[in-house]
Order: sequence, then C-alpha cells, then structure tokens
Amino acid sequence: MMLIPCPWCGPRNEVEFHYGGQADVACPRDPDAVSDAEWARFLFFRANPMGAFTERWMHRAGCRRWFTVRRDTVTHEIRPVGAEQERAVTV
Amino acid sequence: MTADLYGASPLAARADALARHSAPEGVQGVRIAEVPFTAQVALRVDPRGGAAERIGTALGAALPGRPGQVARTDRVLVLGLGPDEWLVVGSEGTAPELQDTLTAALDGAHGAVVDVSAHRTIVRVSGPKARDLLNTGCALDLHPRVFGADQCAQTLLARAAVILLCRETDPADFWVFVRASYARYLADWLIDATEFDG
Ligand SMILES: [Zn+2]
Repeated sequence: MMLIPCPWCGPRNEVEFHYGGQADVACPRDPDAVSDAEWARFLFFRANPMGAFTERWMHRAGCRRWFTVRRDTVTHEIRPVGAEQERAVTV
Repeated sequence: MTADLYGASPLAARADALARHSAPEGVQGVRIAEVPFTAQVALRVDPRGGAAERIGTALGAALPGRPGQVARTDRVLVLGLGPDEWLVVGSEGTAPELQDTLTAALDGAHGAVVDVSAHRTIVRVSGPKARDLLNTGCALDLHPRVFGADQCAQTLLARAAVILLCRETDPADFWVFVRASYARYLADWLIDATEFDG
C-alpha cells in the first residue's frame, strides 16, 4: 500500500485515491485542426518510464481534488512537485 | 387520516440496537447514538475573495483556511472540506435560515450554497474506547496529538466514505457524518465492532 501525500489532506492510504495517469498531457487547442494520427497520439500515447514519472491523482475519499506528484515507478517513492504545480487545476 | 410529513431519521430503526451496545462505563467504554436532523449546508466560494470574508462575518467565525480545520460559534460548526469547500452544520430546523444568511453574504459572487441536510446523518461515537473502536475500521491516526478537538477529516470508515469530526478529546467524542444510504450499514458495522476486543 502506498501512502500518497494529498496537498490538502496530508498523507493518506492509496485506497482513498483515484489514479489519473501522466500529468501535463495537453489537449490540442483546436481538435478539428489536428490529423487523426496527432489526435490518436493525444488520446492514447503515454510515457512509461522506469523511474521518475509526473502523474495525476484524485483524492476520491477525501477532498476530491486532483493534484500532481512525482512518483518513482520502481521504488514508489513519491516526491511533491512545486506547491504551485501540485495544486494547479488542470482539466 | 393525515400523512406524517416528518420522516424518520436514517438510523431510527437502529436506535435501540445502538443503545443496547452502548456502555460508556462498561468494558466496551463507548456510546453510539445518532444525532439526527442537523442542518447541513454545503458552501463553495473562493477563500481569497471578499465573499469569503463577508460569509465569515455573517457566521461570526472566519472560514477555516485549511481542509481539516473546524470553526465553531454558538450556532454553527464550519468544517473545512476542501480548499474552497465547507460544510456548515447547525441545529435542527435552521437550514433555511443558514442558507439565507450564506446566500445574502455571497451576494452574487461566484460560489454555491446548497442545503444538503438530507444527504448525511451523524453517528456520535463517544467514550474512552471511542478512538479504538473507530480505528478498527479507519487508518487515520486519531490520537489527540494528531487529531484533536475541532479537527475534521474526510476518509473511509469500514470502507464507507465519512467525515470524521473530533468534538472533544477527553473523553473522546467523535461525530461521524455518513451518507443516509450508508448509515445503517455503518451502524451495523459499529455494533459488530463493539464486540471485537482488540
Ligand atoms: Zn485530499
């Protein structure tokens, strides 16, 4: 079980959270202007690093806020990103 | 024949069972009872804006600045649930008045004031063994040094989503806010847990 630090509620058990995958995946500004290949890349392609990964979590059983952390995919060590970025609201 | 317009509280059917399993002076050292029909109003507003300040003035206590903090006045408890979200709890029948106060103070600013009194009921768990009982189904550290009076947390208790509120630490007095549809499940779980001697 991972202990995930919610920026609002503090460290909580993994079961309280919902995983949101890779952070900072930008939606194309004008979906009509991109090719099918570019759209597919946005929808389906994600990094899969062995090591540090910046990812989104949502504190489902707590404050229900999305936030960003940096997790090592090998050791599960979680480090906060900068406070501003961590709490930034992105869709 | 006239219809009874005042419904039963979510745990009315468990009142006797909860009383039977409550023994604050006994070996179990815990009392469980429903606190029914409280007024509960959900509030969303930007904490940095003028509206948050007006609401604090209208309530008589500034909105808690961080989730987990609780402000208390003679009339209401204000639970910090999120960075821009609070639950205002008052006594039975005061929801319309609370809603009017909050809406007036919001004064058209971006935000929301919603009467959610029927959403959750409250299970009061008190007595010297209250902390031990809750911790059989909750992973949070409820020691008074960590989770003291006027602190709250949204978390899982026996896998049900709850808001835990610590009212007093000695003797321990907790309010467990639980969704109406989960209340009987949680009451049954608590009754079962009183028989578990950890
Ligand atoms: Zn949280």
